[in-house]
Amino acid sequence: MSEPMTRQIPAPAVTLETKPFFDAAAEGRFLIKRCNACGEAHWYPRFLCPVCHSDDTVWEESPGTGVIYTYSVMYRAPTGPYAIGYVTLDEGPAMMTNFVDVAPDGLKIGMKVKVKFQPTEGGPPVPVFTPA
Amino acid sequence: MSIKGKAYVMGVYEHPTRDAPDKTTAQLHAESAKGALDDAGLSFDDVDAYFCAGDAPGFGGMSMADYMGLKNLRHMDTTEVGGSSYIAHLGHAAQAIAAGKVKVALITLAGRPRNGGGRPGAPGGGGRPPQGLTDGPPEAGFESIYGGSTHNTYGMCAMRHMHEYGTTSEQLAWIKVAASHHAQWNEHAFLKDVVTVEQVVNSRMISDPLHLLDCCVVTDGGGAVVVVSPEIARTLKRPMVKVIGVGEAPKLQYGGRKLDLTYSGAAWSGPRAFEEAGVTPADIKYASIYDSFTITVLMQLEDLGFCRKGEGGKFVADGNLISGVGKLPFNTDGGGLCNNHPTNRGGITKIIEAVRQARGEAHPKVQVPNCDLVIAHGTGGSLGVRHGAATAILERES
Repeated sequence: MSEPMTRQIPAPAVTLETKPFFDAAAEGRFLIKRCNACGEAHWYPRFLCPVCHSDDTVWEESPGTGVIYTYSVMYRAPTGPYAIGYVTLDEGPAMMTNFVDVAPDGLKIGMKVKVKFQPTEGGPPVPVFTPA
Repeated sequence: MSIKGKAYVMGVYEHPTRDAPDKTTAQLHAESAKGALDDAGLSFDDVDAYFCAGDAPGFGGMSMADYMGLKNLRHMDTTEVGGSSYIAHLGHAAQAIAAGKVKVALITLAGRPRNGGGRPGAPGGGGRPPQGLTDGPPEAGFESIYGGSTHNTYGMCAMRHMHEYGTTSEQLAWIKVAASHHAQWNEHAFLKDVVTVEQVVNSRMISDPLHLLDCCVVTDGGGAVVVVSPEIARTLKRPMVKVIGVGEAPKLQYGGRKLDLTYSGAAWSGPRAFEEAGVTPADIKYASIYDSFTITVLMQLEDLGFCRKGEGGKFVADGNLISGVGKLPFNTDGGGLCNNHPTNRGGITKIIEAVRQARGEAHPKVQVPNCDLVIAHGTGGSLGVRHGAATAILERES
C-alpha cells in the first residue's frame, strides 16, 4: 500500500466560539488560542483557558508546524485507507488531524509535518497535515 | 451513614443572560461555573467532582469537564432526570462528600433554547440558529471530522505504546489468546474457538497496528447488577460479595498540553480503589479488565499496578492471563474479545464475571481456587481521545 492517502472530510461543526478559526482557515491562515494570563497555548480553541481558567484568551496565527505524536492508518474504510493522528504543534498543544499526501508506510512518529487546508463537503476548509 | 450535616452549599451563581445570541452553551456552563466558584472563593482546580445533565453538550460530563479544564476530578455524575437533575445532583454530591470521596463538587446547567441550541434531547433544535452555526460539543469541529472511531483511536494508543516501550503485536496477541482459552468453556460465548498468537497477528489489519483479532466482538445483549445493604445481604441465600473499594476518574485532553496516550484513567481510579480496599494488586486473585481491544487490557493492567508502566507486553505474554496457567487470570468468561460486548459497552459484564469468580460459580475449567478477592475495571469513551475510568474491588465474605 504505497499510494498517497487522501480523505473526503465532512463539514466541521462551527460554533460562535470557533467561527474566527474557520473564517481564517478559509483564507489559508492557521489560528490557535493563547492565554494572556498564563501565556500557554491550548487546543481545541475555546474562550476559557483550560490551563489557568482565565477568559483572557486571544487568537494567534501559527505557522502550523509540528511533529507526529502518534497515528493509525485505518484500513476498514470504504474509500480507501486514511491516517488519523495527533500532531504536537511547535507551540505546545497536541491536536487531532488527518495526514494526507503521504503513503501509509511514509508515516513515522516524530516526523516533522506542516498544516495544509483541505476543502470540506459544504463547509469551511479544515487543517490536515503533510510531511514538512 | 446519613448526609445530614456532612455537606454545605458554599457557592451559587445565576447567569445574568436571558438571551445569548453571542455565546455557546459550553461557554454559559463555564461562565456559570466560574461565577459559583468565585462566589465560594474557590477555583476550577479545587473541583474534584463534576455534575451535569442532558443540557451539557458532548459525551456525558467529559466534554464539559475537558472544556473547563477540570484536572482533578475523582467523581462525575450525569444523572438525567430533566429539570430535577440538579437537585438530585445536590443529593449525590452530598453523598459523595459524606462518604469522604470528594471535597468540592461543581454542578452546572446552561442552554440557549432562544438561539437554537442546548435544549436537552434536541441539540441544535428550536429557536433561531445563527448563520449556520451549531452549538454542539465544543470539540466537535476539531475531532469528529477526522474519522476517529474506536478502532483507529485505540490504534493510536497502541502505536505510541509500541514506540515508547517496544510493545509488540505478538505480546498484544497473547491477550486475545488468553481470552479465547477461557471462551472455549463458555457455552454462550460469541467466539468459542481457541486462537494462537500467529492467528491474531496474521488476521486482517483493521487500524494499524490493531488486527481484526485485536478487536472485541459486536454483540446484542444486556446485564444487570443488584447491590444491597449488609442487612439485606444477610437475609439472602447467595454468597456475600462485598464492595470494599471503588475509584473513578476521567482522563481528558487538558487543552492538548502534555498529551500522553500510553496511560489511562486507571492510573488514578485504580490507586483510589486499592487505597479504600486496603489491598494491593498482588493480593488480587482474579481481574475483570475491560477489553474493547487488546491494547485496552495492556494499558489498564499497567495503570492498575499489576506490572510496571511499559512492561505490560512482557506481563501478558506466554499465557500469564490464562486461568490455571498464569499469575493473573483475567476475563474468564472470554471477555469482550470473545464472549460478549453488549451494545458496545462492556462494563457490566466485567462486574458479572468478577462476582461469579468471587462466588466460586465461574465455569469449573476457569474457576480460580479460593477466589476471595477480585477486581473489575472499565473504561468508557476512547483511550485515544477522552474517557472515563472506573475500578471496583470486591471481596467474598466467608
